[in-house]
Amino acid sequence: MTIFREPDYGTPARSSAEMITLSIDGEAVSVPAGTSVMRAAELIGNRIPKLCATDSMEPFGSCRLCLVEIEGRRGMPASCTTPVEAGMVVRTHSTQLAEVRRGVMELYISDHPLDCLTCSANGNCELQDMAGVVGLREVRYGMEGRNHFDAHSAVAPDVSNPYFSFDAAKCIVCSRCVRACDEIQGTFALTISGRGFDSRVTAGIEQSFLDSDCVSCGACVQACPTATLMEKSVIELGQAEKSITTTCAYCGVGCSFKAEVKGNEVVRMVPDKDGKANMGHSCVKGRFAWGYATHPDRITTPMIRNTIDEPWQKVSWETALNHAASEFRRIQSKHGRNAVGGITSSRCTNEETYLVQKLVRAAFGNNNVDTCARVCHSPTGYGLKQTLGESAGTQTFDSVLQADVVMVIGANPTEGHPVFGSLLKRRLREGAKLIVIDPRSIELVKTPHVQADYHLKLMPGTNVAVANALAHVIVTEGLVDSAYVAARCEDAAFQQWCEFVARAENSPEATAAITGVAAEAVRGAARLYARGAVNTSADAGADACAKRHNAAIYYGLGVTEHAQGSTMVMAIANLAMATGNVGRMGVGVNPLRGQNNVQGSCDMGSFPHELPGYRHVSDSSTRGLFEAAWDVSLDPEPGLRIPNMFEAALDGSFRGLYVQGEDIAQSDPNIQHVEAALRALECLVVQDIFLNETAKFAHVFLPGSSFLEKDGTFTNSERRISRVRKVMPPLAGMADWEVTIALAQALGYAMDYAHPSAIMDEIARLTPTFKGVSYARLDELGSIQWPCNDEAPAGTPIMHVDTFVRGKGRFMLTAYVATDERASKRFPLLLTTGRILSQYNVGAQTRRTANLVWHAEDVLEIHPHDAEERGIKDGDWAGVASRAGDTVLRANVTERVQPGVVYTTFHFPESGANVVTTDNSDWATNCPEYKVTAVQVVAVNQPSDWQQRHREFSARQQAYLEAARGQRKTGKDRVDA
Amino acid sequence: MDIDKLVRMANSIGHHFAAYPDREEAMASIAHHIEMSWTPQMRRELLSHASQPASTHGLQALVADALAKHLVLPASTSDA
Repeated sequence: MTIFREPDYGTPARSSAEMITLSIDGEAVSVPAGTSVMRAAELIGNRIPKLCATDSMEPFGSCRLCLVEIEGRRGMPASCTTPVEAGMVVRTHSTQLAEVRRGVMELYISDHPLDCLTCSANGNCELQDMAGVVGLREVRYGMEGRNHFDAHSAVAPDVSNPYFSFDAAKCIVCSRCVRACDEIQGTFALTISGRGFDSRVTAGIEQSFLDSDCVSCGACVQACPTATLMEKSVIELGQAEKSITTTCAYCGVGCSFKAEVKGNEVVRMVPDKDGKANMGHSCVKGRFAWGYATHPDRITTPMIRNTIDEPWQKVSWETALNHAASEFRRIQSKHGRNAVGGITSSRCTNEETYLVQKLVRAAFGNNNVDTCARVCHSPTGYGLKQTLGESAGTQTFDSVLQADVVMVIGANPTEGHPVFGSLLKRRLREGAKLIVIDPRSIELVKTPHVQADYHLKLMPGTNVAVANALAHVIVTEGLVDSAYVAARCEDAAFQQWCEFVARAENSPEATAAITGVAAEAVRGAARLYARGAVNTSADAGADACAKRHNAAIYYGLGVTEHAQGSTMVMAIANLAMATGNVGRMGVGVNPLRGQNNVQGSCDMGSFPHELPGYRHVSDSSTRGLFEAAWDVSLDPEPGLRIPNMFEAALDGSFRGLYVQGEDIAQSDPNIQHVEAALRALECLVVQDIFLNETAKFAHVFLPGSSFLEKDGTFTNSERRISRVRKVMPPLAGMADWEVTIALAQALGYAMDYAHPSAIMDEIARLTPTFKGVSYARLDELGSIQWPCNDEAPAGTPIMHVDTFVRGKGRFMLTAYVATDERASKRFPLLLTTGRILSQYNVGAQTRRTANLVWHAEDVLEIHPHDAEERGIKDGDWAGVASRAGDTVLRANVTERVQPGVVYTTFHFPESGANVVTTDNSDWATNCPEYKVTAVQVVAVNQPSDWQQRHREFSARQQAYLEAARGQRKTGKDRVDA
Repeated sequence: MDIDKLVRMANSIGHHFAAYPDREEAMASIAHHIEMSWTPQMRRELLSHASQPASTHGLQALVADALAKHLVLPASTSDA
């Protein structure tokens, strides 16, 4: 429950074309068929007392408080479980109803501690509210006798979870927490154990919350009507005094949250029921792991130094910015205009990202700007633009609720995009079919009430071969949606594609040797995707084609981070077009974006070849538009991509870099190569909230601001632009957008914006897909999915509805080309990398929260067979070596990975996962091939050389920081730190 | 820049477009892709490397032909 009450209609909304009219308390009301009497009454403002009902869950009918009288019916039915009927005459209040409700409350309260004044839910307790509403004045049974709350009876609260506590003494056994875990989160970690008086909420099998399967999403805490499940921050700080709606700064789901605040202090983050991306749900990161924002490691004073081998000097903003600007100008005058560049942040706002690319293009005068999407979803941008015509996903998240078949490729939504993962699991529990294409047995393959119909457990690096085999089956078994293709796609390209995929070399039988996936499984999956039938015979599949079904593809970095990442994205688009699965609800091509604003950073022109709105720099009319608005002339040639910047730094042609909110020294592959490139720079300016790995190589440090400290917008995986609202002032005095403006100013290029809304206005003026976007419209609509323009003034939830953005859809040929990273005698295993639920990306944020209780180090997953061969036991140190480098991790011996494949995460810098990954990359975009590295694994007993060097280097850099922390600032506007 | 890396990148682009049966189309696509995504300096370095004898430059024939026939360098040398 939020402190600032949102309307709660008691039961979920129903959609039905049929409207039912009934009478409630003498008033006629019309609602969709299937609506409950409770909801109908709430809709006309006649609230019915309730405890176990809430509109985020199906009705349960246990509390007996919501009884009503219905003419012609015996007794008093529960209004939550009674659907409306035409002509029904309902009374929500009568003397008799009041008496019964008071009696029910009296029983509840007779087993509830009366410590309201000192209770953490005081002022925000539904039980307290209902006692007031029903007019409870006495408890005739007394408080003696058997109970669950007195010193003798109460069980000690379970405080094992770092973020919330469970105090069974306050529990009324309404089952809202259990149902939230089942229906909303889909984890099924909670249950009611015991019967009758002994009934109690239990996590797992009589386990603590922490030891159980609980994923700490907070849905149970949100659902609890009392103080039984309560955020520890509320217990400590009390209820908040104001609420500000903002957007989570973790993954690409982009959940809307209400930041509940006292003064400048966040008390808790509560998922927003009206948030269209998350619909009131959350995960452990967004809901609880925001404490990093005020962590003591935050750096709030600018710092400079001449070399990375000397301590930092605290300086004023003015000194730092002038120093950075003069260094950039010095480098340009000596080594040429193109010797400097910038990296925009996929964690910062659209407005901030826009300003950084503008600074590079207008003030540096080149196109050397890139962003983190280079290393994650750049192939999505390329592949979808080539085939469909726009560099973005096609759907809105709740489209999945209309999918009949879902194909998940190289994504792990329950860990990486947990709130979408829960929505997907809900649809799968409702009966949608599931195909998983992944080298690992991710949770979706088998989880409570969900089991994949097909798991194509392929060898890393063979995605394209699998996709071609799926296409082969679709084409050769006559499963193409010919009418759709004829109407909407380029015919010549389609014919060429058909001829290509139909070749024998692309058949599942031929590719099985490459992919390791049995031909029959590929055939079955192709039929299921194309025709929705689980049967494995071709005939049965074709029979089912009478009914048009919806098949949707969701994919992640397991698709893009390959040497053939772009090829695979195009192969996916081909599959969707061939089967007519683009352009309506329930279908589509859905990239699950990694960071919160990676879609936005791409939209905002962060790539070295594209201006905002994905328009190539060589396009003179677009360039002219920006030249006029920015009053500069723009370079018509592409600039350096991130990996090119490293190469250019090593050959001496690139010497200065401005990095905002991106940790390339941890997240990019072949770290030793990255480190060498960073060391070669003469001026590295890092703008971040912490001294991250990259900042250890920096000469200027500009303090960044967290998402709580500024206004702006983020754009999520479904192209949804949502407001980020300032909850507290920037700790360092300036928000990131203000810092970029000041740096531009110091470079002699004026940027004049009083507020981020003015930056968005400029973006809207210059970018056709953003034409209708403004802060006023965002406030009005809550969020907007681009394109938003005259044709779609409220945005575009589903793209390519009648025609593709590029006109006709274009099938692209997708020949499988084996990666250079192949298992060999020297490196016989394939390493693939990924992420886990509790940590985020490089971990700079989540490592500074209590999420460490779930994951305190990166481990190496290895199959028992491979482990035994190497004499490695669970928990042993394992050395992992590739041609790029080696590192040491603790082994986790598990069958989640198949023989021949090992897996790790990259959340901790000291793990050095990216010391091992190579500079192999996608042919079209240079997105690194993180997902395939040929390695050897051996038992070892000490950290790798790199780890020892990294430890020493980090300790030295930390000492340089500590030295600065002890200083006073220097510079003209010197003030105490 | 490290010419071996540029050659590797160019060859991987070549591998992709080699699937197109029309060799002319494949060559034009390779050159276009490089023009649209590589800096002039990278293009210049690759082109100058490609002028070496085929036995030493390490480029696929399709890529080398595409560069020779289609790759356009910007008129100015603003990329200094």
